[in-house]
Amino acid sequence: MSGFVSIRNLRKFYGDFEVLKGIDLEIEKGEVVCVIGPSGSGKSTLIRCINRLEDFSEDSAILVDGIHVTPGRSLARVRAEVGMVFQSFNLFPHLTVRENVMLAPRRVRRTPRAAARAQADRLLARVGIAEQADKYPELLSGGQQQRVAIARALAMEPQVLLFDEPTSALDPEMVGEVLDVMRALAGTGVTMVIVTHEMGFASQVADRVIFMDGGRVLEVGPPDQVLGAPQEPRTRNFLSAVLNH
Amino acid sequence: MGIVETFLNAEVFVRTWPLLVKGLWVTLQLGASSILAGLVLGLGLSMVRLYALWPLRFLARIYIDVFRSIPVLVLLIVVYYALPFVGIRLSPFVSAMTALSLVSGAYTAEIFRAGIEAIPRGQFEASAALGLTARQTMIDVILPQAIRVVIPPLTNNSINVVKDTALASVVAMPDLLKQATQAQALAANPTPLIGAALIYLAFLWPLVALVTRMERRFGARRR
Repeated sequence: MSGFVSIRNLRKFYGDFEVLKGIDLEIEKGEVVCVIGPSGSGKSTLIRCINRLEDFSEDSAILVDGIHVTPGRSLARVRAEVGMVFQSFNLFPHLTVRENVMLAPRRVRRTPRAAARAQADRLLARVGIAEQADKYPELLSGGQQQRVAIARALAMEPQVLLFDEPTSALDPEMVGEVLDVMRALAGTGVTMVIVTHEMGFASQVADRVIFMDGGRVLEVGPPDQVLGAPQEPRTRNFLSAVLNH
Repeated sequence: MGIVETFLNAEVFVRTWPLLVKGLWVTLQLGASSILAGLVLGLGLSMVRLYALWPLRFLARIYIDVFRSIPVLVLLIVVYYALPFVGIRLSPFVSAMTALSLVSGAYTAEIFRAGIEAIPRGQFEASAALGLTARQTMIDVILPQAIRVVIPPLTNNSINVVKDTALASVVAMPDLLKQATQAQALAANPTPLIGAALIYLAFLWPLVALVTRMERRFGARRR
């Protein structure tokens, strides 16, 4: 039995240092998974392996919708199905907000201009920034930029959305608006894997929470179990450090 | 004869002006075509230098280093006077254009490389994550941003190419400098030389000023 995203014995080395020490994880279609853990635990590396922004060991395997995530022709297909939202937004600064959202559908899906434009405007309305469509990203606040980045990822109509600490680079007053957009997405059937430090958000939205430390998954389960009644001492230590800061 | 009559003789200037204009036209043609060829060559070289398989990458590096080391004048003389010995006979214009664009291409390649390397890694990652191919990433995302960064150094390089066109006069190219020296011999007066120098200045000084302004503006924006 394998999930929509299937991660098998995922290992990764930086030189001699083993960042990921054999991770097995099955994620169901439509599931929302939050990955938590101390910095350096490998959680960002884990989700960057799912669309192969990071290479991983030969004896590991990741499948998305049954397709192996290996370099080569199938990789572009996987990447078109897997959207990603980055901590630092990574919007294209030379394109307007609308053009940012239109680019991938136009180039990868060959969507006609008018259709791509209509779709972009629809998505920008959905994330609440329709009126900024003609501006360049640098004129937007961090929260607005991150919402554009989400719209840009959604434009490819991905089956899976990866979020790599999407609110960590934001001023505190802008975290809420981005989490609201993500919360609305969680109900739409798209599979979401979210690396986050927002425990409140994780407990409300996640179907499962994964606690990672030292390149291993230490605890997996529903949020009230992992966040509410953690079994592992290291999970408990981490949570008390995060919640009592 | 006074200084003015010697160096800024109006009568000689008027008489030799048509020659200078003819030379200027040749200089501009040579400059423009060499700049263009150098840009195309440089962009191609920078791609090979950055992204090709390692043997090609290595060759591109050697090319770039060699042609940045060799004096343009030496290269020009080799192309014009040495190549005929192996049966390659190029006109003065083609010889000059070849030498100038081979060298300009090497410099341009380094400029493009620096421009591309200045683009944050996140731009490549966002493109990859969206499913763009390497080629689409380059054309739609990286180059449009890199070109803004490289316009000042590219303009600088273009100024150098136009200045170096004057070297073509040694292979009997009827460029601005050659016409001026001939006119000087004809008129037995150095005014045409001064005229040529002023024409070079008139064309290049504004460009130099423009580069300075662009550099100041880009510098200010980065902060």
